[in-house]
Amino acid sequence: MRAAPAGPSGVRVLRVLRVYGRILVAGFRRQSAYLAAAFGGLVANTMFGLLKVAILFATVRAAGGELEGYDVALMSTYIWVSQGLLGSVNLFGRIDIADRIKDGDVAVDFLRPLDVQAAAITTEVGRSLFNLIPRGIPSVLIGGLVVGMALPDDPAAYLLGALSILLGITVSAATVYLVVAAPGFWLVETRGLQLLYMVVSGFLAGLFVPIWIFPHWLETLAQATPFPSMMMYPVDIVSGRVDTSGALVLVAAQVAWLVGVAALGQVLTRAGRRHLEVQGG
Amino acid sequence: MTDQTNDRTASVPIIETTGLTREFRVRDGLHRRTVVAVDDLTVRIEPGEAVGYIGANGAGKSTTIKMLTGILVPSRGSVTTCGLRPVQDRRRLARQVGVVFGQRSQLWWDLPVRESFRILAAIHDLSAAAEHERTDELVERLEMADFLGQPVRQLSLGQRMRAEVAAALLHSPRLVVLDEPTIGLDVLAKQRLREFLVAERRTHGTTLLLTTHDMGDVERLCDRILVIDRGRLAYDGDLPGLSRTVGAERVLVVDLAAPTPDLTGIAATRHLASEGGGLRQRLAFDAEATTAAKVLAAVSDHAEVLDLTVEEPDIEDVVRRIYASRRP
Repeated sequence: MRAAPAGPSGVRVLRVLRVYGRILVAGFRRQSAYLAAAFGGLVANTMFGLLKVAILFATVRAAGGELEGYDVALMSTYIWVSQGLLGSVNLFGRIDIADRIKDGDVAVDFLRPLDVQAAAITTEVGRSLFNLIPRGIPSVLIGGLVVGMALPDDPAAYLLGALSILLGITVSAATVYLVVAAPGFWLVETRGLQLLYMVVSGFLAGLFVPIWIFPHWLETLAQATPFPSMMMYPVDIVSGRVDTSGALVLVAAQVAWLVGVAALGQVLTRAGRRHLEVQGG
Repeated sequence: MTDQTNDRTASVPIIETTGLTREFRVRDGLHRRTVVAVDDLTVRIEPGEAVGYIGANGAGKSTTIKMLTGILVPSRGSVTTCGLRPVQDRRRLARQVGVVFGQRSQLWWDLPVRESFRILAAIHDLSAAAEHERTDELVERLEMADFLGQPVRQLSLGQRMRAEVAAALLHSPRLVVLDEPTIGLDVLAKQRLREFLVAERRTHGTTLLLTTHDMGDVERLCDRILVIDRGRLAYDGDLPGLSRTVGAERVLVVDLAAPTPDLTGIAATRHLASEGGGLRQRLAFDAEATTAAKVLAAVSDHAEVLDLTVEEPDIEDVVRRIYASRRP
């Protein structure tokens, strides 16, 4: 990665990195225009975090101080990391490109020498990465100071955790693109899909309770979807609930989901483009 | 490879359509019916031309532009733009075409104007030197230095349109398509934009294709006019030819010092109306047959002129007459 490979393919890779790197930065900087909203989000995150503390700590204590491998300290880490990721992992199903498809502005996107899907996802990832600063990191700090939490000793957990968070954010953006935005090439109205996504994704991603305390059948069902890759797996790695080899398995699962979801989104985009009828001026 | 002529200047057209047709299925109550938005359009535009594409709302202008640029798949017929197939070669074509939609923005709403240019330069893979040179040129010619650091959402309409045009032209495209570029702009802003486009065409040989409702755009920018009526080409030629075809007249409005009888006898004019007992009178004249100055001189022989305005024929009027001449 470090040394620029010579030859035409190396040049092409550098060119692509430059373009999408710039789009990533643009998404990041756009989001920085909305600091007040980010602060509001942090306050809400913290309130719900405290609510989760009350409920889940009581559950762990009622189970005799340990529930499916979670003690109070590990549960605290789960709560604050998942709350912190809420501003970055897309569990709401809203994505700019869906609005652009609906009102026809996507025409402008198709007039650029870019892959429309890749550009849309890159923009969302840029915004999400920015949100880690005003929402993600403070949420974890507040939780750690107010409630206390368990942290992994192994430095590899932090490195793999960072990679896993990036993958989780990207999987969520690619999935929202696939199930909410791309159907807009055929459907006039995708709000129903967005709502459905919001209801299902939070639950199966492990936002409300860790999926590991689900009944077995539901845990299996969740793992047959990309949702745990968005939040549960990164939280598991960052909190040290899994060791390094376990973390590698989870990261591999994330990569597999990303490839699958992105490939399907690409197929729908290509078909949808031929179906697109941009209305009006 | 075996092309013997190999003669590039011998007109590889920048746009060529043959029998280009686009139908839409629309729901009409319970029924579905087919609407033909563009109907058997055959047209050829050479590099360096400046073409005005006019027609009533819903005549098929935007549909044509979308097919030329690869946003919309034609129902029938063929189209090549810059020698490429717009739908299949979308990304390659995008490097050679710049499009300004008056109603849609290609700028990043929340970011400073300068940042949009930087992103677009990366998207179009401009070298750092080319990026600086071209940005400086556009900033100077479109007088954007004052608002380069402002977020797009804070710009006035006139500023935003200049930035939109710059964004579409940053990669020095061979073909620039402008869909209603001057809509909503004041007279001065329109004038500036037109001057810029004229200069751009002169220095870079850029081909212009623009849709507009503004006769001033057509007169000052275009040397060829296409009129489209219900999806079909109704006129293809120059502006004087169009005026001859439909007799597009200008109207001289004069405010006179004293009530004057209707000025019916002025050569090459037609008296349209009088107001205020003859204080204000409206005279139509054909710009091919006479000039506003001659008409004014003739009027001055009859009465003292206090004030005057010349009304241009508007596009709607020209289009209406073309349409009327085609419908028995």
